[in-house]
Amino acid sequence: MTARRLAWLLPLVWGGRVAWAQDTVPPPREGVRVGITYRPGVRPGLLVLGAPPEPVLDSVRAILARDLDFSDQFEVITLPSDDSLVVGIQRARGATPDFVNYRLYGALGADFAVRVRRTGAGPLQVTVYDVRGAAVRRDLTVALPAPTDPGFRLQVHRLSDDVVQAATGARGIAATRLAFLQGNRVYRIDSDAAGLQPLSPPSGRTFSPVWAPDGRRVAYTEFRPDGGGGIYVQDVASGGRRMVPPTSRGLNYAPAFAPNGRTLLFTRSGEDGTDIFSYDIASDCCLQRLTVGRFADNLSPTMSPDGGRIAFVSTRAGLPQIYVMASDGTGQELFAPFDYGVTGSSNAPEWSADGASIAFHRDVGGSLQIFVMDVAGRTVRQLTSAGRNEDPTWAPDGRHLAFVSSRTGSRQLWVIDLETGRIRQLTRGAETRLPAWSPRID
Amino acid sequence: MRLSIPLTLSLGVIVVAAAVACGGKPATPPAPAVDSTAIRDSIARAEAAARAREDSIRRAQAEAERIAAERRRADSLAALASETARVAGMLGEMIHFDFDKSNIRTGDAAMLDTKVAILQANPMLRITITGHADERGSDEYNLALGNRRALAAKEYMVNRGVTADRIMTASLGEEQPVDPGHTEDAWAKNRRAEFAVTAGGDQLKAPAGM
Repeated sequence: MTARRLAWLLPLVWGGRVAWAQDTVPPPREGVRVGITYRPGVRPGLLVLGAPPEPVLDSVRAILARDLDFSDQFEVITLPSDDSLVVGIQRARGATPDFVNYRLYGALGADFAVRVRRTGAGPLQVTVYDVRGAAVRRDLTVALPAPTDPGFRLQVHRLSDDVVQAATGARGIAATRLAFLQGNRVYRIDSDAAGLQPLSPPSGRTFSPVWAPDGRRVAYTEFRPDGGGGIYVQDVASGGRRMVPPTSRGLNYAPAFAPNGRTLLFTRSGEDGTDIFSYDIASDCCLQRLTVGRFADNLSPTMSPDGGRIAFVSTRAGLPQIYVMASDGTGQELFAPFDYGVTGSSNAPEWSADGASIAFHRDVGGSLQIFVMDVAGRTVRQLTSAGRNEDPTWAPDGRHLAFVSSRTGSRQLWVIDLETGRIRQLTRGAETRLPAWSPRID
Repeated sequence: MRLSIPLTLSLGVIVVAAAVACGGKPATPPAPAVDSTAIRDSIARAEAAARAREDSIRRAQAEAERIAAERRRADSLAALASETARVAGMLGEMIHFDFDKSNIRTGDAAMLDTKVAILQANPMLRITITGHADERGSDEYNLALGNRRALAAKEYMVNRGVTADRIMTASLGEEQPVDPGHTEDAWAKNRRAEFAVTAGGDQLKAPAGM
């Protein structure tokens, strides 16, 4: 798309001065970008500036450009190959390396431009330009590990998030990971689908992974041979893990950390049915039963980011639907509205990090679809309709959701941006389910 | 039977030896010492041979009896094993459920009645019921549903007299399908409860009349 746009821009800008062909292309009005996917008032253009080829910086720019694209906040404009166009123009005009051609970038549709440079093996020098204001928006200095270092990509993702913050005021979500189930094992993958690796031990049938608020720990269920299952809290870096509660009865699953990282909510299925419990993992004590469903099951808790409320699934009205209660289990009431006898089962709620929304899936005519409820207004809207879509999980920015979709024939992870509606496939290959999006990893 | 000839012979030797030993007292003067020793030795040898033969007969008979007994025991063990296998088969028969339901189907109640009878005929027997679901429901919800199915089967059996602590329950939701297919046929097979022996299942007696 960008290449096509540049193809017709090329003869126009190659005169030292932008000369619009009067008859064939109307001149752009102020604030209007020319582009095939242009939609008024949607996304600002962001130009990742090129430079003469250099392997490490090329990798950084490629990762950065993709992260910025996946942020769905910009119309990302990358220049072909080594950006000979821009460099050539600058050389032709005898410009200094720091020359910033705001007019040209503006003509390319950019509201922002990002330049990545490095002197020798020193830190990255990253500059974010405000093209419309013709000024430097932010200068960033980033220490960069060697490309062979496992922290290399994560550091570039953090840089991407800084660039997003410089341009929009809110941090991006590139430096995040997703945990999920593949086969019987918990895996993790970076937000840009790189770095797939197992989290849980090779043996053992696992279930329902979640991240702790610190992004350093995960919790998941491992089934026991006797039929029950315990929840393990595992340190991601060391792989060390322990079962909580330490002497678990029954089948414990669908864990959820409270925002304080101390309390673990979970579901227990056993002789007394299925109910929600909380446990203090910091003090290793204080198992508390939050629901008492004599004839109904209560499961899949998720806590509001202020720690005050818990949304969960209950079958008290027959089919499973989304309910809410105070964090001590009091004040249980229906949360996501439904028409009795009409609305299908609703499951797998997850509270967004900004507290404003609950995502869940609901049976629509025999197929599961992703829904989001506005917490304040308690209105729901359906996000998906193609194939079977389930188990949504929020990115920390509160505008992206990952979910499982079978639209290509096998269960894979997809990401949807709620603002633009853009959907991209995250995983390919082995069947993948029960995703959990991490907080930002600092 | 082959032993009968040596048996007759040895009996003959004993008779002769006895006649010699018990010969009329006054009729014969004391035999020379050498002769009487030889006779006694000969008698002793004959007696020893007789005992050895009798022992070998007894041993042979005992061996034959042992083999027969072993055969009888093997036969009865085989009968027991086949009964155990038959009973275990009845006990292990799965029951099935309607979509998103945990009530016992009327057609499956008889199978549960059989299992109740088996548990009552075998007081040491303990079982675990594991509930399963098809892949159509939600993954987490299916664990709760499988649990409910296992509990429903247990409740049915407890209501008919089985002590509650002899039945454990578990759920694997949709995690362990018997049929990995994506058809109604596969789903119907996967909506099930399985019955596994956890203790006391080495020898199972069939309930009366089964």
